[in-house]
Amino acid sequence: MKGRRKWKLAVLVCGFAVYFLVNEPGTAHAMHIMEGFLPLGWAVFWWAAFLPFFGLGIWKLNRMTKDNPDLKLLLGLSGAFTFVLSALKLPSVTGSSSHPTGTGLGAVMLGPLPMSVIGSIVLVFQALLLAHGGLTTLGANAFSMAVAGPLAGYGVYKLIMRTSERERLAVFMAAAIADLTTYVVTSVQLAAAFPAADGGFAASLLKFGGIFAVTQIPLAISEGLLTVLLWNWLKSYSPGELALLKREAKGGFSK
Amino acid sequence: MSKWKNAAMLLVVVLLIILPLLLVNGEFGGADDAAEGAIGEIAPAYEPWFQPLTELPGETESMLFALQAAVGAGVIGYAAGLWKGRGERRSAHAKKN
Repeated sequence: MKGRRKWKLAVLVCGFAVYFLVNEPGTAHAMHIMEGFLPLGWAVFWWAAFLPFFGLGIWKLNRMTKDNPDLKLLLGLSGAFTFVLSALKLPSVTGSSSHPTGTGLGAVMLGPLPMSVIGSIVLVFQALLLAHGGLTTLGANAFSMAVAGPLAGYGVYKLIMRTSERERLAVFMAAAIADLTTYVVTSVQLAAAFPAADGGFAASLLKFGGIFAVTQIPLAISEGLLTVLLWNWLKSYSPGELALLKREAKGGFSK
Repeated sequence: MSKWKNAAMLLVVVLLIILPLLLVNGEFGGADDAAEGAIGEIAPAYEPWFQPLTELPGETESMLFALQAAVGAGVIGYAAGLWKGRGERRSAHAKKN
């Protein structure tokens, strides 16, 4: 069992290493920035920003599953939810389509760091097979979806739980904010790489924000509601399990 | 009570999907394609310097998206079922003692 986990981790790390090496000339990739659409410098910059979080995520995952193998199921669940939601391309009010990220649930259950690994697995799948996002933009896309989103969602969850103890509201907000933050960060990344000749960064941010962030608002609400639905479902069928696992996941945190 | 709340939430999600389709006159292309257009406006000289390694036919792509969702849904169902079973066994056990 232990050997198998090490082996799996090794495969994962090797995969990313090879991927990183192959893309060395131009590396940086984010959720929804298309392949080749970030200039080389920015691509490298976002890869560099993302990798430390990925490393921390691997370390965190390793320690969590070593302390409590039961958490693997929670891990699988978080990954699965991200898989489902990021496959759903929904129409939005701007007349274009986008998809939710599904990272908020995992951030609430496991904390933000493990999501940096789970989220990037989804991104690699989509970049390699679906020409959705890309390898050169993976650093930037992973930073927005797998790092910034879960961090923001987790922060909001903590804040609401501390002030009001309203768990469902906290879960809803965490999911919606994680979703929205992802696309706000994407807009910032694109605006930084492509400042408008007239108006610079701010003008570009407005433009990309209109495309990504505004499209995402109704989707973020949908994602929040779907996350609460799953949360309710899990709680009604297995009141003990979720609370137990969550407490254990948190226990791994404070150390 | 909670059942109604859940149904209401589901209804809102469905409405959030249907209403844009009915009320907004758009192509509903991907937001990433729209961004591509915006980059073309801001920096007309910019050429993407890296191409996707694979460009699958649209039908195959939608199959993979469906597969992605199906795998995810399967795992969620497995986890929910396992916890339900464990919870039931635990409460049955508690009753006996």
